[in-house]
Amino acid sequence: MDSTSTTQGHEHTPHVHITPLWIYFAVFGALAAGTILTYLASTVDMGWGNTPVALVIAATKASLVILYFMHAIHSTRLTWVVILGSFLWLGVLFVLTFADYLTRAWAIY
Amino acid sequence: MSDVTMSGQTPVPAVEEHHPHHPFLQHHFEDLGQQHEASTLGMWTFLTTEILFFGGIMLAYWVYRLAYPDAWSVGASLQNTRLGGINTIVLIMSSLTMALAVREAQLGRRIGIVTMLFLTLIFGGIFLGIKSYEYHAHWQEGLFPGTAWHWNENPDLAPKIQLFMTFYWGMTALHALHMVIGAGLLLWFMWRAWKDQFGPEYYGPVEVMGLYWHFVDIVWIFLYPFLYLIHGHKH
Repeated sequence: MDSTSTTQGHEHTPHVHITPLWIYFAVFGALAAGTILTYLASTVDMGWGNTPVALVIAATKASLVILYFMHAIHSTRLTWVVILGSFLWLGVLFVLTFADYLTRAWAIY
Repeated sequence: MSDVTMSGQTPVPAVEEHHPHHPFLQHHFEDLGQQHEASTLGMWTFLTTEILFFGGIMLAYWVYRLAYPDAWSVGASLQNTRLGGINTIVLIMSSLTMALAVREAQLGRRIGIVTMLFLTLIFGGIFLGIKSYEYHAHWQEGLFPGTAWHWNENPDLAPKIQLFMTFYWGMTALHALHMVIGAGLLLWFMWRAWKDQFGPEYYGPVEVMGLYWHFVDIVWIFLYPFLYLIHGHKH
């Protein structure tokens, strides 16, 4: 690769991991396919299943963006802690809120 | 060239001519590698606050969606699903070109960085243009909450559909605001790239700008099914 030669001679330069082009295009293809899939899935009556299907497709697309476009897959462990910590706190926010709302027998849920 | 010897060799300088400090290395960092890692970590910490910011609004959205499922599916059926889908693809394309801009920076290709950032800006502009068209249509249809509201096809559900549309305008406008800020950053970074400020040793700022842009893309990946694609009522 022409890329590695440009960083030689600088031992303290950032660790440059250059993702091959095909990975970027493959991720783009998967994201576009996911967009079409989520549209098609919304036109089919799956009862209560429509919402989980839409959420799983969106979460998969988001994961692809984070791992490959945002280079999380090559990031340090400390960065991983922050990324996963974000979603941990988001989970706490949702779980505790719905632990309240969904158990209000007198409410409209 | 007086110090060139008879044999044509230049004398070896006493001190090695090597930049002791890269011009973009801040003095409080050991080296460019540490600086790069700190900036990536810092950006992710900011994105944590953004995830919880949008997450809090999405939480409120879900509390009311579970309370008023009929109003939410009628509300989603009032959206232009095709334009929303096209916009999703446009935004994914902008994310691809943003990722390629980072790659061009890693490879030290100045014109490549400027070109990819420019394409990202163009796709971002197309997205905002289509969004403006949708906003205009909704305004004409009387789907703006408050005194401008005059959509009345379903009087029973109308107050709850106003609530859905409040989420629609609020979430998409907040997303669009992030894109406008991103467009400003793109212009600034195009200028910096043009001035040859990025390269294999110093591509961190382009990477960090990319993290922001991709995050905004992820928000839309959720907003599209949340606001446009709720199965159920077709009014």
